[in-house]
Amino acid sequence: MQNPYLPYPVRIDEIITETEDRNLKTFKFVFLNDGDEEKFSYQAGQFAELSIAGKGEIPIGIASSPTEKGFVMFTVNKVGLVSTFLHNMKMGDIMGIRGPLGNYYPWDALEGKNVVIIGGGFAFTTLRSSIVYMLDPANRSKFGDIHVIYGARSPGMLLYRNELAEWEARDDINVHITVDATDDPDWKYNVGFVPTITEQKAPPADENTYAIICGPPVMIKFTQPVLDKQGYKHDHIIMSLENRMKCGIGMCGHCNVGKEFVCKDGPVFTLAQLSHIPKEY
Amino acid sequence: MVGYIDKIKEISERLLKDGKVDMVIGFRKGTMPMMNEPHRVKSADDVKNLVWDSNCGINLANYLTDRKEKIGIVAKGCDSRNIVTHIIENKIDRDQLYIIGVPCKGMIDSHKITNAVSGEIVDVVESNGEVTVKGDGFEETFNKADVLQKNCAVCIHRNPVIYDELVTDLVEEQADVDRYEDVREIEAMSTEEKHNFFDDLLAPCIRCYACRNACPLCYCPTCFVDESRPQWVGKGDDPVDIKTFHFLRAYHCAGRCTDCGSCERACPVGINMRLLTKKLEMDCLNLYGWEAGLTLDNRPPLDTYKPDDPEEFIK
Amino acid sequence: MKVIKIDKAKWNDGLEALNGSYSLFGPVKQNECYEFKKLDKDEQLDLSGLNTRMSAKGLIYPHTEAMFTYTLDEGEENHHIMQPADKDYSPRAVIGIRPCDADAFLLVQRNFDTPDYKDPYWIQAYEATTFVGLACNNPCRSCFCTSAGSGPFHEAGLDVLVVDAGDYFLAKAITEKGEALLKVTGWDNELDSDTAEKEIAALKNDAEAKISSTILTDNLKEMPITAVYDAPFWEDVAFACINCGTCTYVCPTCWCFDIQDEVHGTSGTRMRNWDSCMFPLFTLHGSGHNPRGEKVQRVRQRFMHKLKYYVDKYGDGIQCVGCGRCVRACPVNIDIRKVCDLMNNYDEATCAAQ
Repeated sequence: MQNPYLPYPVRIDEIITETEDRNLKTFKFVFLNDGDEEKFSYQAGQFAELSIAGKGEIPIGIASSPTEKGFVMFTVNKVGLVSTFLHNMKMGDIMGIRGPLGNYYPWDALEGKNVVIIGGGFAFTTLRSSIVYMLDPANRSKFGDIHVIYGARSPGMLLYRNELAEWEARDDINVHITVDATDDPDWKYNVGFVPTITEQKAPPADENTYAIICGPPVMIKFTQPVLDKQGYKHDHIIMSLENRMKCGIGMCGHCNVGKEFVCKDGPVFTLAQLSHIPKEY
Repeated sequence: MVGYIDKIKEISERLLKDGKVDMVIGFRKGTMPMMNEPHRVKSADDVKNLVWDSNCGINLANYLTDRKEKIGIVAKGCDSRNIVTHIIENKIDRDQLYIIGVPCKGMIDSHKITNAVSGEIVDVVESNGEVTVKGDGFEETFNKADVLQKNCAVCIHRNPVIYDELVTDLVEEQADVDRYEDVREIEAMSTEEKHNFFDDLLAPCIRCYACRNACPLCYCPTCFVDESRPQWVGKGDDPVDIKTFHFLRAYHCAGRCTDCGSCERACPVGINMRLLTKKLEMDCLNLYGWEAGLTLDNRPPLDTYKPDDPEEFIK
Repeated sequence: MKVIKIDKAKWNDGLEALNGSYSLFGPVKQNECYEFKKLDKDEQLDLSGLNTRMSAKGLIYPHTEAMFTYTLDEGEENHHIMQPADKDYSPRAVIGIRPCDADAFLLVQRNFDTPDYKDPYWIQAYEATTFVGLACNNPCRSCFCTSAGSGPFHEAGLDVLVVDAGDYFLAKAITEKGEALLKVTGWDNELDSDTAEKEIAALKNDAEAKISSTILTDNLKEMPITAVYDAPFWEDVAFACINCGTCTYVCPTCWCFDIQDEVHGTSGTRMRNWDSCMFPLFTLHGSGHNPRGEKVQRVRQRFMHKLKYYVDKYGDGIQCVGCGRCVRACPVNIDIRKVCDLMNNYDEATCAAQ
């Protein structure tokens, strides 16, 4: 019987400090055993449990794209016991990854559609995965227009800054980067909160346009009315939830909300689905 | 008891009608023999649900922690002492409270009665200092004095120490009780005997934390057993971790515990963890002449310093 | 299925015969309470009690269980890599489990044995176990099994049903596993099954008639989750709750767990421990946000999960077998039967009109 609690052993291959407050680091892992990378076959929007012997596990969204081979990548915010320990680990250290876990953005349904990605703060990891996936030459033609609205407190708090600049320069994706405020005279992108920029830049709603939103609760709270105003139907608004999790496979009960386990039945839900679920996330 | 109940209802109704309090905290009749449920009444129409009998052992001061409303609270001796402690420790303000004092004659130990009869208990009736227990094919009557909770049997503070109104005249306090017989028995043991005794005492623990959560003193936002950074205690069923929890919890209650017995009463597996707090209660009495919750004027000895504090015990 | 008549004098002989092939577990009396325990070679079980204080859940799903072990010593091979913990899944038999407790495993199985994932610990322990149940001739007053989808003679989840018929036992094989166990016992007085079934049915009717406590869940099934979730009675239900884990730990159908790493020196264990939705820590996010930070939310979660979420998720009844343990053990007498009534009788329209 396959043990779903057994992590694949991995080695830390690269560590990138993402933000100026140094609380967000990106870790690239390579699998120690042949064949594990293939078994860890994932879709953009899924997550995994990062496992550190002696400390425990944390559920983290997969930031790399299924189209990127040879490694998997996670961006981790330093908040608790495990993430703090991980931040102090070094390249070459051995740990584990368990997954992929949960559902993913509805890539089949999104085929042929316009996609509007709205992200805020450090909740941009699976969105990065999605963007890289859609921009892959083998996939780009499967999607219509792609819009990305991504904001952070300040320029130094944006994740994946080099990639953002690259995407910004491309003409097959419309990227709207914004910061809440900045005193940087060289800042050449938007200034303003994500809901405001969404109001200005998001394409009008239609049957062929889906929005994917990830961000802090306050961003979601104020962006949702904007999308409502623009006519987005609730089954065209896709969100990814977070809750405390332990097992990641719908068994331990921690992330249970209504009849759903966020880890297994989610983390991706449409806003229409969420209207039937208690707001316990 | 009927007199008690009528008076509790009368006072509660008046307080709620006059808008003196937002709620009254008392007990309502339970669904199981020898069980009542802590209950909050918010309107005068609902005071009919309030009851009082010898199955009101849960300490209601536990329900006051950090509340902001104006509250009428039914308080027997030990509850009132924990209310005093709560006030001293800034968990509630005296001005928020209207204390309905209930002179107490002790609470029934349901385990004791359950174990004394053979068969499932269906009904328990209390009158004139007697407790009659009925079940399928049996009926037995006990002297209430013989089936009291252990802490009630040795209680010398049955009357509320602080109150705004009493439901009845004060009762006579018990005199000549040997309060610490059980502690002395343990003290007389050899180290190894003590070790084994505590092993056995705590072996059934399932770490449900009912003892901690029933205790009015245990209001820490994050208990040390739940803390993960640093993690002080393992979370499994290792006996060392279980003992660490119980011993440390008892020490956190030193000089504050009123021996209300809620911890022992709440325990679903019948552990008498009260023995631990009892020892510390006795030490505080012997070392500092202190009993918790008798006065609003002094802080507990372990959170004050006096030049003449005894030191022998740390030598 | 075949029914064997067991002379009470031969009961222990049969159990002794099992000793070589099975590890035996059963209720024994400890400190005035009945608990399930692994029986030592000469230890005898005690079938005189009603329900055990703790359910049989812990026999398959222990309070604390090692999942993996590892070393943090970088000098050792495979350091920091999880290795399977030592496990013993050799055959075991639980004797004297009550039908409700055995039925409870079937409800829990839905959680641990899913089309997507298999929990290897629970499944292997469950599969290694043969359940020999003892029918309840005299159910507790606080049992409500018959209205919770189970019953005092309920067979689902059992491999053998043993019925106390006075001077003798009747043992009915329910599964092949059960039949295999009966073969080992040496009990061989097989009865004509029609007659025996009739005798069992009569005792069953008597027992079911003694169940005085019931719940109703028919309306609740049809209600939208959000309606009953927003019902006004939760504050009143939750007031007395002290948020201990008693109800969840004594419950045979509560399965939630925590995963923890513990290290001694350089050797570590990843283990799982029972956890409880009653504890604030259960849902606390790393950010400090707690979606069920209030007591009323946690109390509601327990009842909603058992009586509504589970029903909606699996479409096959409530996550409760009516054993009554939570009712008997709750330190402040919160009674699921009462709460179930409130939920089932809840009428959103009437409440909104008031």
